Amino acid sequence: MVNKLRELAVWLDDRLHLTALYASTAGHEVPSSAGSWFYVFGSATLLCFIIQVITGTCLAFVYVPSTNEAFTSLEYLNHAQFWGWYLRAVHYWGSNFMVFIMTLHMIQVFLFGAYKYPRELTWVSGIFLLLFTLGMAFTGQVMRFDQDAYWGLSIGASVTGRVPLIGGQLVHLLLAGPIIAGETLSRFFTLHVFILPGLIIAIVSMHLRLVLTKGINEYPKPGVPVKRSTYDAEYAEILRKEGVPFVPHAVGKDLVFAALTIVAILGCALFFGPKGPLGVPNPTLINTNPRPDFYFLSIFAALALLPDWMEVIVLFVAPAILIGLLLALPFISGTGEKSFRRRPVAVLAVIFIMLVIGTLTYMGETSPWSPRMYAWSGTPIPVNLVKKRTPLEIHGALVFQNKQCRNCHSLGNEGGMRGPALDDVATRLTADQMVRQVIQGGGNMPAYGKRLTPAEVDALVAFMRTLRPDKEPGVKPADKSLNKLPRDIARAGPPLANLER
Amino acid sequence: MTNNSGDPTRQEDKGKQNTVDPTRRNWLFAAGVALNVAAGALLAIPMIGFVFSSFVEKKDPRNWISLGHLEEFPEKMTRIATYRNPFTRPWDGQTANIPCWVRRASGNEFQIFAINCTHLGCPVRWFQESGLFMCPCHGGAFYEDGSRAAGPPPRGLFQYDHKVENGQLWVKGGEMPTLSNPV
Repeated sequence: MVNKLRELAVWLDDRLHLTALYASTAGHEVPSSAGSWFYVFGSATLLCFIIQVITGTCLAFVYVPSTNEAFTSLEYLNHAQFWGWYLRAVHYWGSNFMVFIMTLHMIQVFLFGAYKYPRELTWVSGIFLLLFTLGMAFTGQVMRFDQDAYWGLSIGASVTGRVPLIGGQLVHLLLAGPIIAGETLSRFFTLHVFILPGLIIAIVSMHLRLVLTKGINEYPKPGVPVKRSTYDAEYAEILRKEGVPFVPHAVGKDLVFAALTIVAILGCALFFGPKGPLGVPNPTLINTNPRPDFYFLSIFAALALLPDWMEVIVLFVAPAILIGLLLALPFISGTGEKSFRRRPVAVLAVIFIMLVIGTLTYMGETSPWSPRMYAWSGTPIPVNLVKKRTPLEIHGALVFQNKQCRNCHSLGNEGGMRGPALDDVATRLTADQMVRQVIQGGGNMPAYGKRLTPAEVDALVAFMRTLRPDKEPGVKPADKSLNKLPRDIARAGPPLANLER
Repeated sequence: MTNNSGDPTRQEDKGKQNTVDPTRRNWLFAAGVALNVAAGALLAIPMIGFVFSSFVEKKDPRNWISLGHLEEFPEKMTRIATYRNPFTRPWDGQTANIPCWVRRASGNEFQIFAINCTHLGCPVRWFQESGLFMCPCHGGAFYEDGSRAAGPPPRGLFQYDHKVENGQLWVKGGEMPTLSNPV
């Protein structure tokens, strides 16, 4: 019996060449120094991708990629389909972990100089994998077809519409028509489940093949620079001296980290559940606050903070330069020191980029530049600010509230943060400066001249003159002759005709 | 493949090759490649046209749609109106209901603003008391006549073509306004 089985195994191996396949892939020799905890992120990213493919395929059994039905099918997955909510959660958290671990992988490869000779194309293919993975993240958030997805598409189309010359056609290409409609979701579904995963599988194959043919990077030693003329011989020497088969001698840490990754994804899915869908994708429901998933929050934030003239540059030129630099990196610095201990600029660059992305993501999360749309009706002025005030000042407080100033200006730390907080405005602006600011606007504030009667301006300024710390006096103009009453300045200000009420 | 010389069929193959005129083989190879290029083009041309039809089709997707009777829009007020997108598919569902802001300045003087902020397309909201449109995404603000008031938008709100006919207000909708297609 045992002999029969052995014969069968030999026959199978003869026909399928399994031993040879094993020896050239899983069993290939790697430097024993590559069996390091720093080298586990690549395999973990691939693992995340496999989880995404499997859970995504399961979700596609139920999901309906039609604008009319997608939202309902997501609700069905969440509430009616057996284990549906869990698979949606695993797919969502899997995507977060994939982007996160992929970033760690990229940082590690960069800091360990693994992109240098002769692994240039491994790095280049990795950059394409980064781009396609971000493409998956964007198209994936469209699959969750809710309000955020609808307005996310609208933002995508508006960005595309800024491309010079062919912007209009590109918008049509992106949306599969002149407007977000039935075919738009089909297009993003095709990208998300056929085109981008197909490209990722193809390039991952190339990425892995390059790892096999060019060998995994040895753990870099400070003071051992890469030279084109000698590196191949040095690497062969390393393999001869301390080479071990990847399976089983170098794969242990990958396996442990892989298991931890799976447990972390499943744990997050179990505890936090799936994301959304958040609101029906009905564009007429405009009381919405569109935000992208966290991978794109930094870009979202940058677009709020940039001056107008810089936007086209940052949207199109900067990414082109950045991607170009990333692609060119192994050709610019393909030799020399590998260890991050001898590459302070590389370490600083990573820290700087991470700080920028982190800060922008945090700002995108808090969005201080967005008006608080309900502050004027939902957040009353703190009582202590209207205690013991004259009737005129209290009228001013009402004007302040009713004219929706609070949507952008906070009092007592409540209200919008678009404009400055006004708790101590009287210590910064004189009465006439306040009048001018309210009537003419300026410094990113709209002009309210047409919306306020002189009496309202009077009251408003009287109220704002009380907004200062108790023991601090308000500012007064140095020139006494300029110290007019607000109503005089209001009357002399811009034309106040066209008052509507 | 080359080290398969021990394979008997391979040997036979080689033997045959010697008897055949090599120019004929080369001609067949070239003809085969050419035929496949032609056949591939027959498939590729319609496929490229299918995917990139937006670059080919020049038909205007816009059409006149009624927003309702004039009485629904009181003078000196700005109100939201919705219409069914004329560029539509049977499976569009509620995404084909498009909102817009209608301002009746006086008499038959109307302005119809797209809902999409000119900065990045988020839906702007009207605030009657302060007379401003505000955007929830990046804090763009516009005056009641649609001109830019504050924030990052590069221009005033997009305005749709409109007309008054048979006591109704008509809008020419069907295309999402962007900076390259400001309708």
